[in-house]
Amino acid sequence: MARAVSTRRKLIVTLLAWTIGIAIFFPILWTVLTSFKTEAEAIASPPSLFFFDWTTENYAAVQSRSNYGLHFSNSVIISLGSTLLGLLIAIPAAWSMAFVPGKWTKDILMWMLSTKMLPPVGVLIPIYLMFRDTGLLDSRLGLVIVLTLINLPIIVWMLYTYFKEIPVDILEAARMDGAALWSEIIYVLTPMAVPGIASTLLLNVILAWNEAFWTLNLTAAKAAPLTAFIASYSSPEGLFYAKLSAASTMAIAPILILGWFSQKQLVRGLTFGAVK
Amino acid sequence: MKRFANVLLCASALSMLGTAALAEEITIATVNNGDMIRMQELSSTWEEMSGHTISWVVLEENVLRQRVTTDIATGGGQYDVMTIGTYEVPIWGKQGWLVSLNDLPASYEIDDLLPAIRGGLTVDGELYAAPFYGESSMVMYRTDLMQKAGMTMPEAPTWSFIREAAAAMTDKDAGIYGVCLRGKAGWGENMALLTATANSFGAKWFDMDWNAQFDSPQWKEALTFYIEMMNESGPPGAANNGFNENLALFQTGKCGMWIDATVAASFVTNPTDSQVADSVGFVLAPDNGLGKRGNWLWAWSLGIPAGTQKAETAKAFVEWATSKEYLALVAENEGWANVPPGTRTSLYENPEYAKVPFAKMTLDSINAADPQNPTVDKVPYVGVQFVAIPEFQGIATAVGQQFSAALAGTTSIDDALANAQALTTREMQKAGYPK
Repeated sequence: MARAVSTRRKLIVTLLAWTIGIAIFFPILWTVLTSFKTEAEAIASPPSLFFFDWTTENYAAVQSRSNYGLHFSNSVIISLGSTLLGLLIAIPAAWSMAFVPGKWTKDILMWMLSTKMLPPVGVLIPIYLMFRDTGLLDSRLGLVIVLTLINLPIIVWMLYTYFKEIPVDILEAARMDGAALWSEIIYVLTPMAVPGIASTLLLNVILAWNEAFWTLNLTAAKAAPLTAFIASYSSPEGLFYAKLSAASTMAIAPILILGWFSQKQLVRGLTFGAVK
Repeated sequence: MKRFANVLLCASALSMLGTAALAEEITIATVNNGDMIRMQELSSTWEEMSGHTISWVVLEENVLRQRVTTDIATGGGQYDVMTIGTYEVPIWGKQGWLVSLNDLPASYEIDDLLPAIRGGLTVDGELYAAPFYGESSMVMYRTDLMQKAGMTMPEAPTWSFIREAAAAMTDKDAGIYGVCLRGKAGWGENMALLTATANSFGAKWFDMDWNAQFDSPQWKEALTFYIEMMNESGPPGAANNGFNENLALFQTGKCGMWIDATVAASFVTNPTDSQVADSVGFVLAPDNGLGKRGNWLWAWSLGIPAGTQKAETAKAFVEWATSKEYLALVAENEGWANVPPGTRTSLYENPEYAKVPFAKMTLDSINAADPQNPTVDKVPYVGVQFVAIPEFQGIATAVGQQFSAALAGTTSIDDALANAQALTTREMQKAGYPK
């Protein structure tokens, strides 16, 4: 009897999980399907899910009109660059907060997080003026700096949480063996925190890849990443849904594949320390 | 002979060096619509002709507006040519943010520009942007459904006729709705239609002392008429419909009439995308017997920001892209129906272009709009479906949300108007307008 209940429960949970999973994935599936339709089929009512004349004309049109390679390489450089720079700053910061906490550590952490609550448009003009004066407008370096700064609170918080899980005794033992500060961080702390650092890295790459306020406002032609590529196919006066879907599919495909292969790492990292 | 050949070679190499030194790359920011994409494709002709190159930044209209506004207001200098609308030109021109185009050569034939469009791009006698295409709004209707309803569409209908025809054409069981109008909130969405409609009912945004006028009987009459007609004969969920949603409905045969931008005419008559391409008629936007029609006036134009370092090259491009020669180039490559409409008188005198089914109605609609005197009474502002002040975008979007809610039935017409009056008064007082 107990076994039957358990099987039924398992079935319900599985069904529920699949329903939620499909509901979450459906917009992406719909976008991909629309990208293979003609513009007329994209607005047909009632819409057809699979039975339509499949075409790759939208991908050809998008390729001929835009420089996908340039936008893609900008996205890679900006997201990886800002993540690596962020880690370089955040690892020592999180170390000091986790292992040598001061009187104000908690307040500093809260203050860092509170900066994420500020609407970005509130600081657009000052940052734009600084970028103009330093020649950073429409440059990849400028975007790397901005994305590092806006994602830094999240990186520090995540690393702080992971570091707090590491027994301080191990670090003390290393110190007693004569390890200096940097040796302790590089040779003892970092290898133990690799899963946490890896998931922080992955999450930050995804956040930077999808960032669409600063990447749209601070770039023009040279440093524009894939967010600008998508925005160039959206139009309030004209039905270009199939082309927009093709552009969106091309923009999200790389990060979707990365997320798919690293989901185990990502979930492990995100839930690390959540259940004790 | 060999020496002569060497001299020639050196001379040609030097001349090429000279050309290369003069060649510049200009950055052009533009919106994503059919006419602009065509310009992007055909611009290689100009690049070959001039030796200059172009770097394109194509963006959705609202994103583009935010970006170019930030850039021009801060003197960022990221763009050499910007695509801007009739709303921005008077404001930016007054601020000294745009390069004057009054010195375009005689061959440009500046007097050939349609007076209504040119007037909207001129500030204190200076032309600050060259029109790329102009548009008004008009009624697009299904001739077959009108015939089936036993009615005949006049060339200049009244609002009461439109309401009557809409009811007669509606067949909700068959999924056909008599009239499709914008309902989605936004200063460029429902407020473009409603401001133009309100003009024809004698309503206005402000009196001569810049006091908000949403508490006037004219606004109540206009908004009540719109909501009642949409409830009777409009499609379900109309409060979420903008240009694209209505275009999709019309093209798939779900709308009897659609009052919207004249630029839509080329979409609904294109048999590749439209299921009703062979049964569409065009007439002027409706009036209410007060001497003003409910049509708007807009032009996407090319302007040069004052901060550019490449003003001469930018001007050369603007001159080419808005010239008679460019119109001929589009006609040669894509046919007359795809020529950017509404900018030059000579286009409408061309017998080939006169064959395009919506050509005459587009011109008549543009000529029926007067941005200097948009409504029945005298007003202190310029603009037909907008008020050319910087505060308008924010205020009109908030008012649009109130009117969209009234259409959705989540608030009453009286409350929507009272809220619109209160928020407009508050914002205008903050900005220091009322005298």
